[in-house]
Amino acid sequence: MRKVAVMGVGMTKFGPTEKSQVELFAEAAMEAINTSNIKPKDVQALFLGNGLGDFEEGQLNLAGFCANELGLPPETTAMRFEGACASASIAIRNAFLLVASGAYDIVVAGGTERALSMGTSLATRTFAMGTDSKYEEFSGLTFPGVFAMLAHLYADKYNVPLPKLKERMAMVAVKNHKNGAKNPLAQFQKEITVETVLKGFVVADPLQLFDCCPFSDGAAAVIVTTDEIAKKHVEKPVYILGAGQGSAGSLCRQKDYTIMPSRIASAKQAYKMAGVEPKDIDVAEVHDCFTIAEIVLLENLGLFEFGTASEAVEKGETEIGGKIAVNPSGGLKAKGHPVGATGAAQVYEIVKQLRGECGARQVENAKIGMTDTLGGDAGSIVNLIFGI
Amino acid sequence: MYKLTYKQYFDALKEGKLLGLKCNDCGSYTAPPKLCCDKCGSTSTEVVSLSGKGVIKTFTVIRVSPEGYEAPYIVAMAELEEGPWLMGNLINVDPDKAKMDNIIGKKVTVSAKILPKMNYTPDEGVTPAFVIAE
Repeated sequence: MRKVAVMGVGMTKFGPTEKSQVELFAEAAMEAINTSNIKPKDVQALFLGNGLGDFEEGQLNLAGFCANELGLPPETTAMRFEGACASASIAIRNAFLLVASGAYDIVVAGGTERALSMGTSLATRTFAMGTDSKYEEFSGLTFPGVFAMLAHLYADKYNVPLPKLKERMAMVAVKNHKNGAKNPLAQFQKEITVETVLKGFVVADPLQLFDCCPFSDGAAAVIVTTDEIAKKHVEKPVYILGAGQGSAGSLCRQKDYTIMPSRIASAKQAYKMAGVEPKDIDVAEVHDCFTIAEIVLLENLGLFEFGTASEAVEKGETEIGGKIAVNPSGGLKAKGHPVGATGAAQVYEIVKQLRGECGARQVENAKIGMTDTLGGDAGSIVNLIFGI
Repeated sequence: MYKLTYKQYFDALKEGKLLGLKCNDCGSYTAPPKLCCDKCGSTSTEVVSLSGKGVIKTFTVIRVSPEGYEAPYIVAMAELEEGPWLMGNLINVDPDKAKMDNIIGKKVTVSAKILPKMNYTPDEGVTPAFVIAE
């Protein structure tokens, strides 16, 4: 396997837009190409994460349109990867594997999404298509519902009184909004308080509005290449040290999903390949689609012991400057969650953090970074580990 | 190859019979059905009737619903006596009175709730409906 690096990265502002999914992706990808000091014709493959483009714009087969929009030559391999919210991370992991194997030298990988175009009712329905459509979706289960049930499971299992857990969940939202306020590309750049969260309307008991990430539009892209090529074109290549991916079936078959075997397996692959341990991670961009999701994933990634992450949040251990900086970008909660683009935006942030380019939200001395992206109800999980 | 398809499983559930698969190799039960045993992967399974009794493990009240559903309603997961968990609706509790202490751990029986065909679904929908038995 060849050593693989990320060169340039690009990202649109997340939030409402009047641009198409192709335009959004082309903007992010061209920024990544330009900041890699290469030309579009140097790109051999385009790997696009996209979750719901079919419903958002009635558009299938987006990847070819994106390649053409960017002026990539006809011999370019262009394909869409779909793994619900993990789509872009799957695209980037495949770019990593195929560059490592020697199949391609330069790949643009990322994702695009325009979820706000659907409106809340259709968006809630289409997001719910990430659950089992035969055995679970007809209960009227929604994604807030999946994580609301997880909060009740967690409170019951670890004997954390629900009001206490909700206060700690609110602190996840407060932290991520505090970080997002320092990110000019975030959908929400405004700080909130625990009271803001606890006053919001209930989406799915016990989750309130500010426990949930928003629907978002946006795109992000990165250039994946070899160590050799990266060193020739950019000053600070960031290396992909490890990558993992896991899978799972219907939520009911996962039973007590405070423990997610697909996530544990994915993280284990990534740690092993990178030759690092959870304690070595300085900064993590993780899948905080809901406040409780951040608490549970921190335990599944081995960053905190099972049953202890909510208390760690309360103690400030996940803040910038804490034991491990979690979601310095603002996370899905404040930065926004354009489904198919989310994983690429996580990689964008880690690359910028490891290069020391994050200004007011910079994690001091960050050397090793990790991403965690969840697709559906843990049906697809991807973890990537980066170093300099 | 399939001992029990989703259609056969739901047709039985609509008649009040909860079916599952029992593994001839490891003895564990799989429901809802799939091609192989959910625990050991063996395809040597047989179709069995399950007791239709279980315990609620977790729940939520959906207050912002997808297109085609009317909030509020309770979605819950129950652990069956035979081991598998099912996702369904808890139908005999007022959503506004649903709290952890009056739902989690309660014994339920399983029946079927039928929904009309919607956009993007191949046929009518069937979902387990839980009724608190106590």
